[in-house]
Amino acid sequence: MRLALAFLSGGLFGAGLFFSGMTDTRKVLGWLDFFGAWDITLAFVMGGAILPMFVAWRLTAQRAPLVGGHFPTPPADQITPRLAIGSVLFGIGWGLVGLCPGPALASLSYGGTSGWIFLVAMLAGMLAAPRLATRLDNARASA
Amino acid sequence: MQMDWIMGLIGGLLIGSGAALFLLGNGRIMGASGIIGGLVDGSGRSKARESLVFLAGLIGIPALLFLLTGPKETFATTNLTLLLLGGLSVGLGTRLANGCTSGHGVCGISRLSLRGTIATLIYIGAGAATVLLARHVLGVV
Repeated sequence: MRLALAFLSGGLFGAGLFFSGMTDTRKVLGWLDFFGAWDITLAFVMGGAILPMFVAWRLTAQRAPLVGGHFPTPPADQITPRLAIGSVLFGIGWGLVGLCPGPALASLSYGGTSGWIFLVAMLAGMLAAPRLATRLDNARASA
Repeated sequence: MQMDWIMGLIGGLLIGSGAALFLLGNGRIMGASGIIGGLVDGSGRSKARESLVFLAGLIGIPALLFLLTGPKETFATTNLTLLLLGGLSVGLGTRLANGCTSGHGVCGISRLSLRGTIATLIYIGAGAATVLLARHVLGVV
């Protein structure tokens, strides 16, 4: 049950990325190109995705997940330097290539060599992240 | 153009349905960087099987659709420096920020999370500044 649901969720995510055009880096870079030929498609994708999730969050009240256990406790609503630095870095990489983690995986079957190179670099970045995260957290704790 | 918006909206609804199912069904946040990163750095070991199956769907279903519907491309750059720099900063940044477009964007904004909303504004701003510089000043993307 748990695994079937996970596969279905991933599949819906992948199908949505496939059909929405969000694995086309020209459209993503077009969205970020506010001073050029701006492409608003991403806003429709984001809006469309937020709708079911908005309902889903309401449904979590006084309930438990289908497979049991608990819903994740939301993180403290704090804007830390780590959140800001990470988001800036992410935005830079996103703007250079036009891929973020979801579409990078969803497009593996048709993204060619570029897709694989990007994926390997992304995984390397993820592997290196905990070290830098610890340093940023310590700097904050001692400040 | 309008067709693109309609496809965007339909695709978005599918993405949101996947996220809703993962939350209501499995009790998990559908954040791509969190799921991948948890497998890469070992922090998500207890949920590794579920995460791997999720990723199989995320990669497998588009692969199947690609086989069924014919030619498709990402039109990504072939510039090695851009790919390496871009991939590294996306990987590092999303893990430092604990989320990406799906985690902070889709799952965070829909929860009316200040954190998720601010993160989304920051990465869109940084992305726009990068495109402005790289495309309109340097002419590399």
